[in-house]
Amino acid sequence: MSDLRDLYQDVILEHSKTPRNYRELPAANHKAEGFNPLCGDRFTVYVTLDGDAIRDVSFQGSGCAISKASASMMTQSVKGKTTAEAEKIFGRFHEMVTGHAPANQDESELGKLAVFSGVSEFPVRVKCATLAWHTLHAALEGTQDSVSTE
Amino acid sequence: MTTAARRIDPHQHTVPAGGGLNMKQVRADFPILQQTVHGKPLVYLDNAATSQKPRVVIDAIVRYYEGTNANIHRGVHFLAEKATEEYEAARLTVQEFINAAHSREIIFVRGATEGINLVAQTFGRANIQSGDEVLITAMEHHSNIVPWQILCDEKRAKLRVAPINDEGELLLEEFANLLGPRTKLAAVTHVSNALGTIDPLKRMVELAHSRNVPVLVDGAQAVPHMKVDVQALDCDFYTFSGHKVYGPTGIGVLYGKAVLLQAMPPYQGGGDMISSVTFDKTIYNKLPYKFEAGTPDIAGVIGLGAALAYVNGLGIENIGAHEHDLLVYATEALSAIPGVRVIGTAKEKAAVVSFVIEGIHPHDIGTILDQEGIAIRTGHHCSQPIMERFGIPATARASFAVYNTRQEVDALLRGIGKVREVFA
Repeated sequence: MSDLRDLYQDVILEHSKTPRNYRELPAANHKAEGFNPLCGDRFTVYVTLDGDAIRDVSFQGSGCAISKASASMMTQSVKGKTTAEAEKIFGRFHEMVTGHAPANQDESELGKLAVFSGVSEFPVRVKCATLAWHTLHAALEGTQDSVSTE
Repeated sequence: MTTAARRIDPHQHTVPAGGGLNMKQVRADFPILQQTVHGKPLVYLDNAATSQKPRVVIDAIVRYYEGTNANIHRGVHFLAEKATEEYEAARLTVQEFINAAHSREIIFVRGATEGINLVAQTFGRANIQSGDEVLITAMEHHSNIVPWQILCDEKRAKLRVAPINDEGELLLEEFANLLGPRTKLAAVTHVSNALGTIDPLKRMVELAHSRNVPVLVDGAQAVPHMKVDVQALDCDFYTFSGHKVYGPTGIGVLYGKAVLLQAMPPYQGGGDMISSVTFDKTIYNKLPYKFEAGTPDIAGVIGLGAALAYVNGLGIENIGAHEHDLLVYATEALSAIPGVRVIGTAKEKAAVVSFVIEGIHPHDIGTILDQEGIAIRTGHHCSQPIMERFGIPATARASFAVYNTRQEVDALLRGIGKVREVFA
């Protein structure tokens, strides 16, 4: 069960049960929908961009514990950041969950998001952990099409 | 009889007195079941996706490639003749298995999906015109929805969908009402892959025929579990995949009534499907070769023949009874767990239990069970409209085959206990 606990850490379970910033943002000027057709996960990410700064960010939708917790913690980590900073965190996060992080990588840079490092042991769940991030990326790019992790 | 068929000794597998199965022997027939996954004995409950293969099927394929391999229907040499003989013997095994009137009504395809596409692109394109209708049911697999959507788009025809009730049973009266003057074909599943519902097929065919509507049946989930008699059903087309009935992947069967197949244009052009070719005119081969262009999956066909012979050896009724016992046992036990809801509670069901657990996504259930060595399917099961009908994004699905046991159902229940622990 140790492997399983690496994936389902308490922080992740807690966020999946009580996701933060789980609401529609009426003032959002960027928005995108993300869909994982394999498991039916579907999220909408709302962003209020002020110039380059992410003033506010939220999400809504349904998905597994990993995808929901990831979306919840993503909103916490990118709120107040610039779009470039958010994209950089996504890059680091992606490297970590796919097991491609450089050996000397300082995971503390990712802060709380480091709890998702166990995902790299569960390759089929990578798309769950990254769905909200791909959706955020699409929202920031202004893409109106829905994104898919398939 | 194929060589593979002769190698099956039914008495080796069945207990004559009780009519039951020798489970120890059955499990030993499937080499893959002996392995462990994440340190736990494999509990394979994803049989509706694909079944495992018994040794006799694997051996038949190896034997073919080691001792028989040659192209069929053309060579005069020894191996070509032997390969053709084994290939055609498998066709007779299939014919007998589903009780078709003629072997020329058995067409080898890649699987049920190709069988449906074949009918859509030949019978469908020839007979369905603008304003016509194709009738399906609300519990079709995507493979019995999309080919008709493609055809309907092309022909400006209309796809009609017969609804189901909350138990996952077809509303037969609505089905009858939807059979209208413009209905040119009813394309229906025999057993729902996501819900396990067995459709009242004989009655549906009668209703359709009373309005002169031919019926195609997607039998992918039925053939592994119950006796299928296409003449008794009187359906016009019946298709299934080999890999769900202990055969190899990439091979399947389309049965069609000869009178319909004869009138249909060919599906693909190429070798084997012609009797003569000039640049001015090509004369198509007779049935079933008209629909078997190109070199087929010869090893697959021989493997499928071996698989059906294996099923015959065990007895399809014995298999069905064993799986029904597991279905009842699992359904009762799962329904008794607080927060668990079984999706698909039809009175007539095959060996499929779809379920959801309150507050826990099926994907998480699947990952945790996998750590226990238990393979189930999670997701929408290629049946998104069914998920929508029940207002859920996905389900967890356990589906049974002949080699599964009550002990494995118990392992599933213990696994669900672990799932609830993690999410407690």
